[in-house]
Amino acid sequence: MSTREFFRHGVHPPELKELTAAERIRRIPFPAQVVLPLRQHIGAPAEVLVRPGDRVERGDKIAAANGFVSVPVHASATGVVREISRAPHPDGSYAEAVRIDVDAHSAQVPRARMIPDWRGLDAKQLVAAIQEGGLVGLGGAAFPTHVKLSPPPDQKIDMVVLNGCECEPYLTTDHRTMVEYPERVHLGTRIMMTCLGVDKAVVGIERNKPDAIEAMRATAPSDLDIDIVPLTVKYPQGAEKMLIKAVIDREVPEGGLPMNIGVVVQNVASVATIAEIFETGLPLVERILTVTGHGVRKPRNLIVPVGTMLRDVVAACGGLSDDAAEIIMGGPMMGLAQSSLDTPILKGTSGVVVLNEEQASPRATYPCIRCGHCLDACPVFLDPQHLGSLGLNQEYPSMMEHHLSTCMLCGCCSYVCPSRIPLSHIFGVAKASLRGQGVKV
Amino acid sequence: MAATEIAVSALILGGVGTVFGVFIAFANRKLKVWEDPRIGEVEELLPGTNCGACGTPGCRAFAEGLVAAEQQPSGCTVMGPDDVDDVAAYLGVDAGEANKRVARLLCAGGADVAVQLATYNGHATCQAAAAVDGGGKGCNWGCLGLADCEVACDFNAIHMTPFGLPVVDQELCTACNDCVEVCPKDLFVLMPVEQQLLVQCRSLLEGDAAEELCEVACTGCGLCAKDAAEGVISMVDGLAVVDYERNEAATVAAIERCPTRAITWLDGPQFPESQRAARNFAV
Repeated sequence: MSTREFFRHGVHPPELKELTAAERIRRIPFPAQVVLPLRQHIGAPAEVLVRPGDRVERGDKIAAANGFVSVPVHASATGVVREISRAPHPDGSYAEAVRIDVDAHSAQVPRARMIPDWRGLDAKQLVAAIQEGGLVGLGGAAFPTHVKLSPPPDQKIDMVVLNGCECEPYLTTDHRTMVEYPERVHLGTRIMMTCLGVDKAVVGIERNKPDAIEAMRATAPSDLDIDIVPLTVKYPQGAEKMLIKAVIDREVPEGGLPMNIGVVVQNVASVATIAEIFETGLPLVERILTVTGHGVRKPRNLIVPVGTMLRDVVAACGGLSDDAAEIIMGGPMMGLAQSSLDTPILKGTSGVVVLNEEQASPRATYPCIRCGHCLDACPVFLDPQHLGSLGLNQEYPSMMEHHLSTCMLCGCCSYVCPSRIPLSHIFGVAKASLRGQGVKV
Repeated sequence: MAATEIAVSALILGGVGTVFGVFIAFANRKLKVWEDPRIGEVEELLPGTNCGACGTPGCRAFAEGLVAAEQQPSGCTVMGPDDVDDVAAYLGVDAGEANKRVARLLCAGGADVAVQLATYNGHATCQAAAAVDGGGKGCNWGCLGLADCEVACDFNAIHMTPFGLPVVDQELCTACNDCVEVCPKDLFVLMPVEQQLLVQCRSLLEGDAAEELCEVACTGCGLCAKDAAEGVISMVDGLAVVDYERNEAATVAAIERCPTRAITWLDGPQFPESQRAARNFAV
């Protein structure tokens, strides 16, 4: 098998991971309140099962999956349901959410429950257990895990690719997961391979995480065919299509999915949660999260209950520094800027980055000088320069003719633009507008 | 020698010209499409803005509709009453009932009354701001004040107040729908001017949650629904909704007990107090 260890184009922003790369993952105290939106995953929002006033224990199901592409939501702390109302959602809207007043005197011990031995389950039962556990991809997009693990029968899957790139600057969630819980990643991989009936897995890890590569190699089970592939550091290597190109040199066709070329990609932290639900019996009620940036006093890697509000997470890291200016959920390249500290951490929130005034200060944009840097940076070989001028004139339908739907909003074009034109923002606006008109982008 | 060449060229060109001339004359007879000359005349009388407010693709299509008696002159919202009468007189038809409609904004949350949680300083359009956590305004449904509508208006009918709300000039507004389409928060509606009862809020939050973010938000208390005549106002999803089918029964009594003045009785353009306050502010 030929591996190139990188993909063409892309950029290399400052990594800035040194703030938290050596920080051990630690738990935060349970907050006074958690907010659990019913829409935390791609697909249909979950259907609420509780009413205000109900007492719930940590790990109880409070909303059921509503269809196949949907997962349940579980209480992330013991307490009483205060209300079911609209709450700020990281995507910028207000979404239906269950607000739980956490019982300050509870030991937060989950109910005693039967934990099935995964070895005794067949693929179908495993997939059902994974859906019931509320598992989604933890890398950001929050795609339900069980959907990835049940490809249509006509798609032959021959390989599992694990994503340990964590190419976004600042974030160290996956890095610390691989260093501290490599056995969980391997067990999760084993369960995934059983579900899919494949016997080959490849883990792509960027070379800036030597301790993760070492830990993963040292713990790799001898009876599994797992390849650990160190990759050249490059952004956006963690995008699944780029990763597949880098580690196994296959190309996903435009508009297609990795499964079309026999591959399922999953992020290492999500794989670890698969093992977790069969180890502890607890569904996805907490996640590992990097809280970092120069705008926060003590950058840390934390385990936080899903639904913890930003203000509690920031407080657990020593609070905001005096010059904190912008708070982003996710990484600085693709994350979403937040306006409210009441916004909850979701299952798919991979990090919280707080930028300081100097980093976030607005900078003037200038007209395009047609230098072509954006064409050299675009990992999917689009023409951001032309798309940008179409976008500024709101000619959204012709942007579709220039393959706007292939754009994943990675931000490479904006990053390299010497005129500082917010290209990927313009593309995001165009996509939102087209989606509003019912166009699939 | 030269004389022969000139003669030959003249003959050839003259011949070609004659052949084509005969062909054109023939085509003019046989392939002629008759068009009502009034269409062109009427089009001359129309404003020529091609705004589409009448519901046709442009002034030419509207003129065709007028001549075919499928449209009424008053369907054009750009023309003044005198111009409408001119067109009606030319065609010898009834001008039709002028039903003046204008664009209304369903938000009164200017910078003086609404909470701004974060400052957006990217690409300065409402559409772009709305893509970044809703724009940073406390109220997720409120006007972002970056004037996409002012830019989109072809008739110079929209101007921003100092508090960042667009005010529609009723005289100039032709109800062409451009502002309705451009607003990322869907805050504009086209309404007949005689519909005076208006809920200037789209916030789906209720009670204190709504009022904490904007002083003039509809809190969903339902007082207006109780005070108005039966069935005029109903409460839907924490928001008062006026049923304009029963517009005759609507009275100013409905707004009197509103604790936030989210519901208003329009007598002319929106936000008269805000404009007055702004003038004082400027002085």
